Amino acid sequence: MQGSLASEMLMVGHSQAHAEHPDHRVFGILMFLVAEGCLFLGLFMAYLAYSLTAPIWPPEGTPERELLLPGINTVILLSSSFVIHKAGSAIKADDVKGLRLWFALTALMGAIFLAGQLYEYSNLEFGLTTNLFASTFYVLTGFHGLHVLAGLLFILAVLWRSFKPGHYSAQHHFGVEAAEIYWHFVDGVWVVLFILLYLL
Amino acid sequence: MTQLQDHPRLAVAPKVELELPAEPWWRFFTFSTDHKVIGIQYLVTTFFFYLVGGALATAVRAELATPEADFLGFERYNGAFTLHATIMIFLWIVPALTGGFGNYLVPLMIGARDMAFPKLNAVAFWLVPPSGILLLASLFIEAPAAGWTSYPPLSLISGKVGEELWILSILLAGTSSILAAVNFITTILKMRMPGMKMEDMPLFCWAMLAASVLTLIATPVLAGALILLSFDLLAGTAFFNPSGGGDPVVYQHMFWFYSHPAVYIMILPVFGMISEILPVHARKPIFAYKAIAYSSLAICFLGLIVWAHHMFTSGTPDWMRVFFMIATMAIAVPTGIKVFSWLATLWGGKIHFRSAMLFGLGFVSMFVIGGLSGIILASVPLDIHVHDTYFVVAHLHYVLFGGSVFGIYAGIYHWFPKMTGRMLNEFWGRVHFVLTFVGFNICFLPMHKLGLMGMPRRVAQYDPQFADLNWISSVGAFMLALSTLPFLVNAIYSWVAGPKAGDNPWQALTLEWTTSSPPPHHNFYGDPILLTGPYDYGLHSKETLDYFAAQLQTLRELALAEAEPTSS
Repeated sequence: MQGSLASEMLMVGHSQAHAEHPDHRVFGILMFLVAEGCLFLGLFMAYLAYSLTAPIWPPEGTPERELLLPGINTVILLSSSFVIHKAGSAIKADDVKGLRLWFALTALMGAIFLAGQLYEYSNLEFGLTTNLFASTFYVLTGFHGLHVLAGLLFILAVLWRSFKPGHYSAQHHFGVEAAEIYWHFVDGVWVVLFILLYLL
Repeated sequence: MTQLQDHPRLAVAPKVELELPAEPWWRFFTFSTDHKVIGIQYLVTTFFFYLVGGALATAVRAELATPEADFLGFERYNGAFTLHATIMIFLWIVPALTGGFGNYLVPLMIGARDMAFPKLNAVAFWLVPPSGILLLASLFIEAPAAGWTSYPPLSLISGKVGEELWILSILLAGTSSILAAVNFITTILKMRMPGMKMEDMPLFCWAMLAASVLTLIATPVLAGALILLSFDLLAGTAFFNPSGGGDPVVYQHMFWFYSHPAVYIMILPVFGMISEILPVHARKPIFAYKAIAYSSLAICFLGLIVWAHHMFTSGTPDWMRVFFMIATMAIAVPTGIKVFSWLATLWGGKIHFRSAMLFGLGFVSMFVIGGLSGIILASVPLDIHVHDTYFVVAHLHYVLFGGSVFGIYAGIYHWFPKMTGRMLNEFWGRVHFVLTFVGFNICFLPMHKLGLMGMPRRVAQYDPQFADLNWISSVGAFMLALSTLPFLVNAIYSWVAGPKAGDNPWQALTLEWTTSSPPPHHNFYGDPILLTGPYDYGLHSKETLDYFAAQLQTLRELALAEAEPTSS
């Protein structure tokens, strides 16, 4: 607990009114995603509590769910993680055109995922209040879908900004990095969700 | 003994020239991103909510002064105690400690110019007023009446509008604390001045780190529970409604997964402040720095795995009860480490009984009582006996009032000079302390006995055999209400016209005392310097300290001379 003493005192103070400090925003985003992760974890635990304590799960009379469409959706969303990673690599090489291309592709894949989910909703034979399983299904996938939508808007915003000359460069591209991290997170959550709701 | 103030050069130098001009008062009414402004905005806003919550508490005690429900009536009584608890927890203690003191002190203590994300900081603060407005609006529309725990199925049938207002208000306050926690963790881990290692940090920063980790992990789970509760309330799902196949116990688990750690979010920062205040006013180094620092992390970890001790009577299986009982009792170890370290710090110290110290010592004694009744409640057989009785009410008020609120007052008396540049009146501070301490014990001590006699909590009407003790308790509550007045008058008067405080009225050693009171916009004149460890009281010779003071003086003159052309 001893502080550094007199030798260090003589680093004469320079009054930097708006002192630059290293950019901690990526760390901040990660911390925020810890909180987001805990939110989903809480909901997953609630789901597990329901499914593990129920005598029959899903409750009797729950219509069968089709696996093909959500399966395709899963593949699309997971592949988009690789696509957005290409965008990150592109901007690190100062390739703004590459960034735009890969971000546009990611956005397209995200939109297809959302459209697929809406299509699935409209064809399901149960509604929000049919039974406990149905409620958890809609709330969990809907909540995740909102996050996909947020990520999609985030990506589109970064795409929009990338058309301002010099906005993103190999050195300065926090927006790109943040969108990428967030997108990976949304993907990761979907994997758990898919296993819980469709496979188990 | 440190005598930074008495150094001959400091005495000779004209004070005025060593400070930047004070910033205007109206900056407190702007969307400022300065952590000091935001800290004070938090403290003043939350103190307003404290007064509202206190008025509700007084109304509750007025109702309970007699066995009949003759003051508020049943309905309004339910609303009053629900709002009282919610306001005190979510709009007073949590935001005052983390948002108020955390914001004000952490950057100063670690030698940073501001928090890591100043704009995010402002966003976090400005979520608090809407949250409060929603909650207070419910008083005029329909008050939530299911208690601050809002257990379903009761909360599903006690009034939709009030309940949903309550949920939205908590969601806003929770979002605010999560954003603040992101900021604190980043600031404490990444923004320490060069040369300050983790173990050079003042203990308050360790405590804020632990509290922020808890906030970050636990608050989202409460948000999840409240979102599901909203669906049950408004969309007709049945997550927590047994009549639709749902399970109310799942809500209890999710709720307490946040709300038990919330107890530590409300006490860890106070532990930190007490670890700052005791050494300063006892003129002794803190005893066992590392033990206090790491016990905060231990409490943080253990605090996450004890939540079901609130649910011993909720059909919790035996193995779970035993696990949670043992884990809960284990928390007494890191907490005991802190208490004994404080006592050892005081032992043989040269204690100055100033108001800050009085509240600090009041905190230690009252918190120990709350801690001991906590151990009683942690044990399954005793808990089953006193669950939902006034014993629990007594316990939680010894922890949250005797603990957190005494700690907040100690912090206000200690840092008021730094925040405002002026001293609080010492005499009225002591009057405030005596009234608070006596009123508090008259109010809450009898509740232990009431609980053991079997008086249930959350009732407006009770058996006449409980009448005498309740009457005593209500007298104590009125005394507590009264005790706020000398403080309020003292604080407002001193802020405007109190005697000037100078940089370091307590001759303390942490970094915030090396700058002016109040500190300039970017906190320090030139780069901050670690002259001593934070608790080196009595460890340096007078010559060394004089040398430090002279250097500090020179550096400030240099920095001001450099700033001259722009600052005029």
